[in-house]
Amino acid sequence: MSQDILVIIEHLRGQVTDTSYVMLAGAHQLSQSSGGGVVAVLLGHNAQKLASNLSADKVLYVDHPALAEFTFDAYQITLENLIKQQSPRAVIFGHSSIGMDIASGLSARLEFPVVSSCRTFTSEGKFISQICGGKIMAEGDLPAPTALITMVPGGYKAESGQSSQPPSVEIIAAPALGDLRVSLKQYIEPDTSDVDITKEKMLVSVGRGIQNKDNIELANDLAAALGCAVSASRPVVDQGWIPTTRLVGKSGKHVKPKIYLALGISGAPEHVEGMGDSEYIVAVNTDINAPIFNIAKYGTTVDMFDLLPVLTEKVKQAK
Amino acid sequence: MKIAVPVKFVPDLVEELTIDPGGTALDTTWLRLIISEFDDHAVEQAILVKEKNGGQVCVIMAEADGADDFLFTAAAKGADQLIKLTGDFSNVNNHALARAHAEVLKDLHPDLILTGVQAHNDLDGSIGPLLAEYLGMPYVGYVAGITIDGDKVIARKEYAGGLIAEIEVKLPAVLGIQAAEQPPRYVAYSKIRQVMSTAKIEEKPGSALSLEESIVVSRMFLPEVAERATMLEGSPDDVAAKLIAIFKEQGTL
Ligand SMILES: Cc1cc2nc3c(=O)[nH]c(=O)nc-3n(C[C@H](O)[C@H](O)[C@H](O)COP(=O)(O)OP(=O)(O)OC[C@H]3O[C@@H](n4cnc5c(N)ncnc54)[C@H](O)[C@@H]3O)c2cc1C
Ligand SMILES: Nc1ncnc2c1ncn2[C@@H]1O[C@H](COP(=O)(O)O)[C@@H](O)[C@H]1O
Repeated sequence: MSQDILVIIEHLRGQVTDTSYVMLAGAHQLSQSSGGGVVAVLLGHNAQKLASNLSADKVLYVDHPALAEFTFDAYQITLENLIKQQSPRAVIFGHSSIGMDIASGLSARLEFPVVSSCRTFTSEGKFISQICGGKIMAEGDLPAPTALITMVPGGYKAESGQSSQPPSVEIIAAPALGDLRVSLKQYIEPDTSDVDITKEKMLVSVGRGIQNKDNIELANDLAAALGCAVSASRPVVDQGWIPTTRLVGKSGKHVKPKIYLALGISGAPEHVEGMGDSEYIVAVNTDINAPIFNIAKYGTTVDMFDLLPVLTEKVKQAK
Repeated sequence: MKIAVPVKFVPDLVEELTIDPGGTALDTTWLRLIISEFDDHAVEQAILVKEKNGGQVCVIMAEADGADDFLFTAAAKGADQLIKLTGDFSNVNNHALARAHAEVLKDLHPDLILTGVQAHNDLDGSIGPLLAEYLGMPYVGYVAGITIDGDKVIARKEYAGGLIAEIEVKLPAVLGIQAAEQPPRYVAYSKIRQVMSTAKIEEKPGSALSLEESIVVSRMFLPEVAERATMLEGSPDDVAAKLIAIFKEQGTL
């Protein structure tokens, strides 16, 4: 039993994800109250170089061809063994397409509780999770002796999890990884034929509040008048009202325009992940309690259907 | 192809959420529950798979206000079997809920289990990967698109930035659905009414509802905000004028 905090590093096609650095930053905070070290866990194949800028006291590296890219079985088997061996105070996974696939199953298998959606740790080592679309925070003691955690971004800066000092790397032997039920066939690149919303100076972004496909025209008109692009939240894209290339958020693009005009977007954490760093967020939302107002610079609860025609007209006049 | 879809209800985020006087849980007095959005997509995806490949869809959920209506709606959309777990699920965590589902699912021998990738109020992991572990099946989450290929399924798994991984998974398997290939369909209320008189909801007792793995919350609160938005007040005309000024100031107009 140690007081170390393990961080399961996530990487895709040779690049460590930003979430991994955020997890390391969180682990440093947590290690202050636990009294242990921060131990990064890197699984890969010929990937040891990915350890070079991780801010950690130590990196445990496991190499195996089956670990080259993330897949369920190979990761789960490897981590089951490794967590048992290390018996750490906590294991931090991303609340992500990688971490969420394996954290819960390992919790059931190892009989260590898992805390979901943790955003920050308090100085006493309590978790604070963000739930209900960002509307509610839940705080509590980390379960003992070992807690698994899935961590959402937003609570710590990725830079705080990076270091120019390469950490020491300890090689851990891979377990037998035969007979895997899950395999990666191929990656499919995102479509790049459409406008690149990450390059726009301003975005008019529509959420579920837009109600239907016909109303998208209202946003298109405003964007045309402003000379900028329209982007969208997930439900709008899932409905097929706006192409996936315009999706902002966790599973879409990360944008940083000068002005992000959010129309009928509630500000769920998965959306904020993709636009929280915008310079000026301006939110139009009829719900005064919408979390978007917690991150917006300016807001209004005027109904967007009353606002949009007037605003578009005024923009045209102002030109 | 037998497809099982375990679903659950979550608080409706459109309503105002308040904390109960104890300060550690949501106030349930006025809480409105609705189907978890991603579970709704899982039901749709299951029906799409059935329409393409044949088979049966079984929708299963723990008893709750509105559960029967949801199950009948699923039947009207094309689900063949409806199961309701009975028992006291009021404080149950995801581990226990997954165990209760697993008990029933193992007798159904599904080839494929589809469920929402997460629910917004998950605090002890998500149902999909827990079920996979309890049933000894593989799991892949963040799935938006499925192709059945004999005794395998090809799942399109989403990563950030629009990157998709095509993952091959041996059946039986559990997939966590992010989005169905088509938005969840609507069915006319008349059709639901019709189904209500013919479809049957099977009731099975929920077992292993222990609270062991619960994450104990000592304080629940609304987000503490460093600086809330400056609110622009007035008529739509006033607000538009203020927005124009902001756009100009920032050089986007
Ligand atoms: C794994 C995962 C990944 C995800 N990835 C993404 C992602 O990349 N991007 C993303 O956006 N989401 C993502 N989501 C979904 C996310 O959780 C939310 O469901 C989604 O962001 C909500 O979109 P919304 O704000 O448009 O809709 P809602 O949350 O339904 O909000 C609609 C808002 O419109 C307001 N409104 C209604 N009518 C009006 C009106 N007339 N005028 C003004 N306001 C009005 C309402 O008050 C409400 O706040 C992901 C979820 C998961 C689980
Ligand atoms: N005909 C239907 N088909 C599918 N889902 C429905 C249908 N009617 C209602 N619902 C669902 O039930 C919720 C409440 O519906 P209602 O209160 O009837 O507007 C809606 O948000 C829908 O998700």
